[in-house]
Parts: sequence; C-alpha cells; structure tokens
Amino acid sequence: MDTFIQQILNGLVLGSMYALVALGYTMVYGVLNLINFAHGDVLMIGAMIGLSILNLLGVYAPGLPGYVQLGIAIIGAIPACMIVNILIERIAYRRLRNAPRLAPLITAIGVSYLLQTFAMMIWGRNPLPFPQLLPTEPIMVGGAVISVTQVLLLVLAAVSMFGLVMLVERTRMGRAMRAVAENPRVAGLMGVDSNKIIVATFAIGAALAAVAGVMWGANYASIQFAMGFMPGLKAFCAAVLGGIGNIYGAMIGGIVLGIIEALGAGYIGELTGGFLGSHYQDIFAFIVLILVLTVRPSGIMGERVADRA
Amino acid sequence: MLTFDIQKNPKQAYISMALLLAALIIFPFAAAPFGNSWVRIADLALLYIMLAVGLNIVVGFAGLLDLGYIAFYAVGAYMTGLLASPQFATVLESLINMNPAVGEALAAMLGEDIRTNGIHLSVWVIVPMAAALAGLFGALLGAPTLKLRGDYLAIVTLGFGEIIRIFMNNLNDPVNITNGPQGINLIDPIRVFGVNLAGEQGSRATVFIGSFSMPSVNAYYFLFLVLTIATVFVTTRLQHSRLGRAWVAIREDEIAAKAMGINTRNVKLLAFSMGATFGGVAGAMFASFQGFVSPESFSLTESIAVLAMVVLGGIGHIPGVVLGGALLAALPEILRHVVEPLQMKLFGKVLIESEVLRQLLYGLAMVVIMLTRPAGLWPSPKHEERPDADSDSKGQSTGVMAA
Amino acid sequence: MNEQVILNIEGVNKRFGGLQALTDVRIKINKGQIYGLIGPNGAGKTTFFNVITGLYQPDTGTFELAGKPYSPSAPHAVAKAGIARTFQNIRLFGEMTALENVMVGRHVRSHQGVFGAVFRHKAAREEEAAIRKRAQELLDFVGIGQFASRTSKYLSYGDQRRLEIARALATDPQLLALDEPAAGMNATEKLALRELLVKIKNEGKTVLLIEHDVKLMMGLCDRISVLEYGKLIAEGLPAEIQSNKAVIEAYLGGAH
Repeated sequence: MDTFIQQILNGLVLGSMYALVALGYTMVYGVLNLINFAHGDVLMIGAMIGLSILNLLGVYAPGLPGYVQLGIAIIGAIPACMIVNILIERIAYRRLRNAPRLAPLITAIGVSYLLQTFAMMIWGRNPLPFPQLLPTEPIMVGGAVISVTQVLLLVLAAVSMFGLVMLVERTRMGRAMRAVAENPRVAGLMGVDSNKIIVATFAIGAALAAVAGVMWGANYASIQFAMGFMPGLKAFCAAVLGGIGNIYGAMIGGIVLGIIEALGAGYIGELTGGFLGSHYQDIFAFIVLILVLTVRPSGIMGERVADRA
Repeated sequence: MLTFDIQKNPKQAYISMALLLAALIIFPFAAAPFGNSWVRIADLALLYIMLAVGLNIVVGFAGLLDLGYIAFYAVGAYMTGLLASPQFATVLESLINMNPAVGEALAAMLGEDIRTNGIHLSVWVIVPMAAALAGLFGALLGAPTLKLRGDYLAIVTLGFGEIIRIFMNNLNDPVNITNGPQGINLIDPIRVFGVNLAGEQGSRATVFIGSFSMPSVNAYYFLFLVLTIATVFVTTRLQHSRLGRAWVAIREDEIAAKAMGINTRNVKLLAFSMGATFGGVAGAMFASFQGFVSPESFSLTESIAVLAMVVLGGIGHIPGVVLGGALLAALPEILRHVVEPLQMKLFGKVLIESEVLRQLLYGLAMVVIMLTRPAGLWPSPKHEERPDADSDSKGQSTGVMAA
Repeated sequence: MNEQVILNIEGVNKRFGGLQALTDVRIKINKGQIYGLIGPNGAGKTTFFNVITGLYQPDTGTFELAGKPYSPSAPHAVAKAGIARTFQNIRLFGEMTALENVMVGRHVRSHQGVFGAVFRHKAAREEEAAIRKRAQELLDFVGIGQFASRTSKYLSYGDQRRLEIARALATDPQLLALDEPAAGMNATEKLALRELLVKIKNEGKTVLLIEHDVKLMMGLCDRISVLEYGKLIAEGLPAEIQSNKAVIEAYLGGAH
C-alpha cells in the first residue's frame, strides 16, 4: 500500500509537468490543427535558461533564499521561451498554414532538431547539474515521501492551470482564443485578428512549458540538450488522451498519464512475472496513445476527432 | 547533360546511367591513395541510400509519414546478430538459467554446436529472412495506423520506433536476447562464394579473389553497390506499375482512391511492408559489415536522418532520394575530415564540432527545404506540356481541387 | 425496351446525431436510363450518394445492383460490384497525368501485384498495355484525348470534370453516379456535358445524376426523383415532376 501511495504521488508530480506541456500542444492544435513538434524542446530551453539564471544568481547573489532564486529563474525563463515559440511560429509555421499536411510536420521536426542543436552549441552536450535550492528533507505523506521541490511543482502547476482557465473563460482574449479555435474565419468576421491570437497562443503555451522546464530541472537535478524530446512526446500523448484541442482535457490527460506511467513503472515487474522491468516505463505513453487513437480518438473529454473516416 | 529520365530521352538517360556506373566502379580504386576511410564512408552512405529509397515507398509514394522507419533496420540488424554470431549461445544459457526445463529441452533440440557457438547462418539465408521478418513487422506496425491522419500516423509510428528501441535496449533480462545496451558482438562477416568479405584471418582485411586482391571495405562497397542498384531498380519498377499508381492515388486523395476500387487498407499495408523489407536487408548488411549492433544505432535521430534524406532529395522521386541520401550521409563524414582541421588552422580551435555540424545540417535541410523548395532538390521532372495561353480555355477554375 | 433493373434500393434511413438526414428513401433505376435526383440544397442528395457508394453507413436499407444484393460497407467493394461515382468537388489525383488518373480507374478490373510489378513477365506487360490502351480510349471518348500527358491539376475546370467521368467509366461500372457534374459550368460547357451524357447513355450505360440545373435535368433525364429534407417528395417522368405542386413549393420558383 505504501508503494501505491508513493506511485500515486510520483504520478501526480510527473503528471503535472505533462499537463503543463500538454496544454501548449493542445492550444496550438486547437487554433492551427498542427502538432508543434518542437514544443518539448521549448521545455528544454526553459530549463536551460533557468539554469543559466540560477548560475548567475549563484555568483552575484548567493545569499538570496532558494524560493526567490527559483522564482527569478522562472520569471526569466518565461519571456525567453515565449520569444522562442513566437519566432518558431513566425519563421517556420506561418508560411505553411495552407500547405499539405506533411510540410508543417516535417518543418516542425526540423525546428526541433535545430533547437536541440543550438542548445548543444550554447550549453554543451553533457548533462548539466541543476542546483538544489530548496530544503531536501522529504516530507512524509501517509507512508510515502515527497520533496519540497515536488510540492512547489504541484503548487505552481495548479496555479498556472488555474490562471489559464481564468484567462480562457473570463477574459476577452480568452474568448477570442476559443472563437479562433472553433472557426477562424467567422472569428475574423467578428473582428478578431487571428494572427494575434495565434501568436498569443504560442506565447502562453511557451510560458507554461517554461515553468515546467525549470521545475523539471529542479526536480531531477540534471538537464541536457535532448531532455525535451521524451517529455514532449509524452505530453502530446497526454493531450490526445484528454481530448486534443480541449484545455481541460490536456490537464486531465496529463495527470492521468503521469499516474499511469508511475503505476506502470512501479508494478510492471510484478505484472509480467519479472520479464519486463521499470526500464520499459517510456512505453506506457505510446501504448496509451495507440489505444486512445484506436478505441476512442476523441479522448476523455471527447473533443476533436483524430482521424478521418 | 546528365539525365536519368528514361521517358523523355531514353538514349541520353542510358548513357548517363552508364557513365554514373563507370564512375561508381572506378571510385574505390581512385580513392585508394587517400586511404580506406573514403570508401568506408561510401559503404555507409550506400546503406543509408538503401534506407532512403525504402522509406521513399512509404513517405514518397504512399504519402504516409513514417517516423519510426529505423525500427526495420534494427529488426534486420538484430536478427542477423542473433542468427550469425555467438549470441544465441548466450540466449540459450540465460534461458536455461531462467527455466531449466524449457531451456535444456531447447538446447538438446538444437544441438551441442549451437549451445556453445551460437547460430551461424549463411548470408543467403539471412538476407531473405531479414527481408521477410522486416516485411512482417512493417505490416504489424502499419496496421494500427491505417485510419489515422498524417500527424497522428507520424507520432504513432514514432512511438513504435521508440518501443522497438527500448525493447532492444532492455531485452537482456531474464532471457538475454539482445544483450541490452552493450549490443551484440562478433557478428559474422559476409561470405559469398567462399570469399570472406572481411578478409581471411591474418590478411589485414584484404580480400583475395583468384589472383585479384582488394581491401575489405572495397569488397563490401561492391556488394552494397549491387544491392543499392537492385533496390533502386525494384522500387522504380514498383513506381511505374498498377501498385505504384494505387499508392500515389492514396496519397493524392484517399477517398477518391477508395471510390475507384482500391482497397486502401491492403495497399497501405503493402507500402509499409515493402518499405520495411529494404530496411531489413540494409540492416542485415549493416550488422555484418560493422560486426556488432547496439541500440544507439537505431534511435529516433536515425529515423529522422533518413526522412531528411528523402525530403531533401525529392520526395517520391527516386533519383532525388538517392541524391539526398548521398549528400546527407556523406557530407557529415566529409565535413568531419575537413572542417575540424580547417577550423584549427583558421581559428586555432574547433568552434563547431562535426557532430554539431551534422545535426545543424539535418535540421536546416528540413526547415529550409520545406519553406523554399518543398519538392526537394531534385523533384520529378514534369512531363506534361505546361499549359500555355492558347491551349487552355478562359474562365479558369474557381479553386476546384480536391475538397 | 429493356426493363432490367440495375439499381433497386429501398428503405434507406440515415441519422447523424440529432439530424435525420434521410428518411425511408428508395430508388429504382432501369438499365440504360439517365435517372435524375434533384432537390434544394441540404436535401440529402449527396448524403444518399455517399450511402449508396459506401462512404456512409446507412442505419437501414436494402441494396441491390443488377438483381444481386450488395453491401455498401466499403467504397472499394461498391466499386468492384459495379457502381462508379464522381464527386461534387472534383477529386482528381492532382499530381498524376490525365492518362494515369484513368489508369487508376482500371485498378479494380486488373490484378497485377508486387510480383508483376517487379518482374514484368508477359502477363503483367500485357495487362499494363491493355490498361494504357483502354485509358487512352476513354480519354478520347470524353473528348480530352489530347491532354493525356498533362498533369491533371493543370487541366481546365471543364476538362477536369470530363476526366473524372472518364476515370469512373474506366471501372466498367453497371451504374455511373455523377454528383453535380455541371456545377460551375457555363451554358456552352453544359451543352457539351449533355452531349457527353447522351453519348454515354447510347453506349448502354446507366447513369444516376444529381444536379441543380432543372432545365438540364428536364431535357436529359428519363425519370427524376425529388428529395426535400431527406424525404422523397416526388418521383416520375420529367413532365410530371415539373407540374408537381410539392416540388414547385420546395423550390420556390425553381433553381437557376
């Protein structure tokens, strides 16, 4: 039972990060019908920029409390990631809005590659240690342990998602975003500048990814130029699981996928009689994806359908 | 002018091909004074070209964006690893450890020789088996994707590629099939007509055919050249056939294709299968050539590299794909030999490593080509007479193409 | 007069979520007829087409082609059984030449596969030559034979429509189903289309036709059915349809 609670907690932590990144995928898909393949690498950029900021602070202001330093890192990473994502949209995707399906996808893959290469050039190819700024004593929660960093992660994720919901449901821009996602042309007739909305969508998605990136680094204590690929892919699976194009779906899908993965990794040894071990953890996301696309393509929240009859 | 367009100008096309063939045959001998590494680069480039031409069936002809293509390369390579090396002995051993009853029974059936030395099938058996196994996997991995639209198909195939890699990386416990991250070693080199292409023991990797001798890399070069030509030949024939037309029909408009009686499910599966078989054969060659296989040769990076070759060269146009393959496979290697020393000379230090340069090239290739020249560097030549002012009626279409 | 029934369909119902798109629609077409299907926009004509040709699955319905029941479960099976169609928004294989488009039409009546493609043995070569020949014949038949090697997306609108018809004819259908073949055409083009359809009828083919141009339909069709809101409101000879009150009301003064 202890293991179970531990895995649930691990799953929540993992799932929160997936949720943050999944939101970026789902929002962009909602307005452009495009999978921003490079989104996982935006998470990586967030982590890298965050690390650079922390290193600077470590040199010039080592006395600052850990929370503050992390806060500054996040606040610094957000605009950086926004700029990166906005540039990607402007340079790579905008021209291909009406191109056949394959073109933007291939371009997105190329962009992902380029981001990784630039990161490799700037920060090197070796894993970099991420400073542990928060108290490391674990907190006991009913037989399982959770670190302060992980608690902060959960809080930040919750706050960000709440903020996003407020933005989408209560503000003018949020309404405009929903309109463009539904029907760009009619939204245009209502006076909405869909280009501006698309840019805003990319920016918001990037901001969420930045938070996830910095906290990922804080949680795993190590980052590397290729770190964004897997989480990005899994976050996409989460978005599909929840119902691509649906914001609540992305949040739910992220959490659910995180829990599935944690439970799976924890119990797979027993389930397969020792044949498969926890190294196979990464497979779960793909299995979930394939199952969802085969059985219920519209996902948990039943949004856009993934296939065409 | 060099042209390979048989339809437009047969005589010139055949002459061009003959010239190219002559150049290819002479190449290893011309490169000899500069050392073996250039031919070695060519060997690997030929393998990549085979992969690119195979992937072209799936992506270029049928329009199915397969991001996990390298899985078939891995299947062919690992199968060779299991059936042409001492590895099977290890498999048996670990099986006996896990389940003595079953293990001993199997070992008894297979015989003492296999128990100690593993399985060592000849290349004549391995290649068809690799093709068949890869083809089977092609159909298996393609089957769940049949109803999916482009983006989702890409991600699912990517997922499959990753799943295969993860399995290759971890199937070493409790039964050691793939030997995990270390991979499989001591894979038999290729033996044809009694000639060992890696050279006999003590010959310092020299191959003797009659009174004629050449370095092992050259021997492999000619073998791979023959295989690559065969690959190009077969896929070209497939392209200009009922099946090839069906693939393009599906790519252009799947609904119309169905309405014209094409069983799109089967035809798509055929695309996956046929594409995969070339990957499998290339994989078998790779394993024998390199002598070992490990999971890091079969990552997503490689799948994307092959895709980049197809995209850069000219999606759907076989000569373009060959060009793309040659460029992207050889260029990084050439750069490695040239750029780093050059940077040392100019700047006194290496600013950009060749690895980084390689990735930069691939990324830029995909983005720039898609934005500026989406048909690729060498797209299919258009045969039709371009519509000009006097032969087309006025009052042109109102944007009628496929809804 | 040959009274053989080519298409006999009864009791078709189709619902999309909350919308009842088709209610108890039936149709009976004799061999050699040109049968028209008209109705205001949104009446369900294309939906009915899609049901007959296997693109949509009906909720209920019986389907018979030339006396044999067929199952509209998959478009390619329907094509094999003998119904070929064209589309409202032309669906050509844009990057292929006109000839290649029609050659694809022959797919369902030929069978060479991988072996034939790679080895090109005698039977394969002969089949391929026969496909090519028939495709050229059909292009000549519809009047665009000279554009055989032109990439189809560069053909003029009218020629693209003809090409689509040629491609459908290539499947040797028992029934040719055309979805608004005259859409977007001017008067001259419509006349040419009319001539082509008569020519097809004279070859003994049976045609089912959706159209909006009432005048064209009246002069061309042997029988007409009228749909409105997914229901059949009239059925009979053109003259009968023209004077039918329900039809006149449905159209409120007729189409263009």
